[in-house]
Amino acid sequence: MSAPFPEAPATAPAPAGSLLAASGLHKTYGQTTALDGADFSIHAGEVVAVMGPSGSGKSTLLHCLAGIVRPDSGSLTYQGAEIAGLPDQRLSALRRTEFGFVFQFGQLVPELTCVENVALPLRLNGVRRKAAEAAAASWLERLEVDDVRDHRPGEVSGGQGQRVAVARALVTAPRVLFADEPTGALDSLNGERVMELLTEAARAAGTAVVLVTHENRVAAYSDREIVVRDGRCRDMERYA
Amino acid sequence: MSIGHTLLGLLESGPRHGYDLKRAFDDKFGHDRPLHYGQVYATMSRLLKNGLVEVDGVEAGAGPERKRYAITEAGITDVATWLATPEKPEPYLQSTLYTKVVLALLTGRDAGDLLDTQRAEHLRLMRALTARKRQGDLADQLICDHALFHLEADLRWLELTAARLGALGKAVGA
Repeated sequence: MSAPFPEAPATAPAPAGSLLAASGLHKTYGQTTALDGADFSIHAGEVVAVMGPSGSGKSTLLHCLAGIVRPDSGSLTYQGAEIAGLPDQRLSALRRTEFGFVFQFGQLVPELTCVENVALPLRLNGVRRKAAEAAAASWLERLEVDDVRDHRPGEVSGGQGQRVAVARALVTAPRVLFADEPTGALDSLNGERVMELLTEAARAAGTAVVLVTHENRVAAYSDREIVVRDGRCRDMERYA
Repeated sequence: MSIGHTLLGLLESGPRHGYDLKRAFDDKFGHDRPLHYGQVYATMSRLLKNGLVEVDGVEAGAGPERKRYAITEAGITDVATWLATPEKPEPYLQSTLYTKVVLALLTGRDAGDLLDTQRAEHLRLMRALTARKRQGDLADQLICDHALFHLEADLRWLELTAARLGALGKAVGA
């Protein structure tokens, strides 16, 4: 589907073979320009770190790429089709079926057990409870937290909770995983294990990962790095 | 690293031949820089001369004689003193990177590009070390962590310098 914005400037085409690509994204909040013509692309199975100083626009970029925030102008394509102008309902369906999300804090439902939390996205997609929880249990095992499957999020450590969140993000076999500071609240050792498990699982499943982080040691788990400065993206491959 | 002290430390668990010492050193500490045989035998001669090791036995064979070395009481004390002495922190006050950045500013070149090029190089090495760490044992992990934290410190300096380029340009009169 093609749904360019009426005010969109001419933008360069997305690189060939990109799974998700943005071109000339602009986004302002009041007087503040968050994105100022940002270009970005990611291929299937690739892990791309998005870095940059605080306020540089990296979280806005992630939110635009994930269809959570609508850019004011620019092009956003997923599997070659324009998605920036899709109606809310279709964007929401795209997020639910094609994308997974891991954030820094508070993403698990406190009233549900860990296995129920991981099964939740499958249940929302219509999978029956038994099958959903079996798949969830298998992901908890893969993320080495099957021992807390019947615990509630308040009863597990930060590192365990984050692994449960990763399991929940991957249980639907998303094509793209968006991770916004996934280790930001963890100590070095736990953060490292989360990154190992996250990138191993994503690579094994062929899931692309957009990883927003301010930590270079976390970015070192990626295949390549984008630096956002003043609302624009710099591909560090250019300098390699 | 003090090769002499490290070899002495390896001898504390029992007498060894020079060849065994080299193998133990390379296995535990010499990942990217294995010892040359010449270094081992030169170091052992020095330690022998200083009374820190003694010859525990000599085996005759087809080739040259093989000496087995044992650590002495003086050697054990020397290792203990070395371990208890803190290493001098490196101040890095005259960094090549700083010189390059200032020269770029003074000569009207793009210092931001210079910093980005260096950043990409640092990250490439960090990726390689992270990959090695994931495949390695605990010793590998500790060695790689040490390097990764130092590279990360450099990267933080690169980021801060990038943010201060305007002020730095004025300060150096560019």
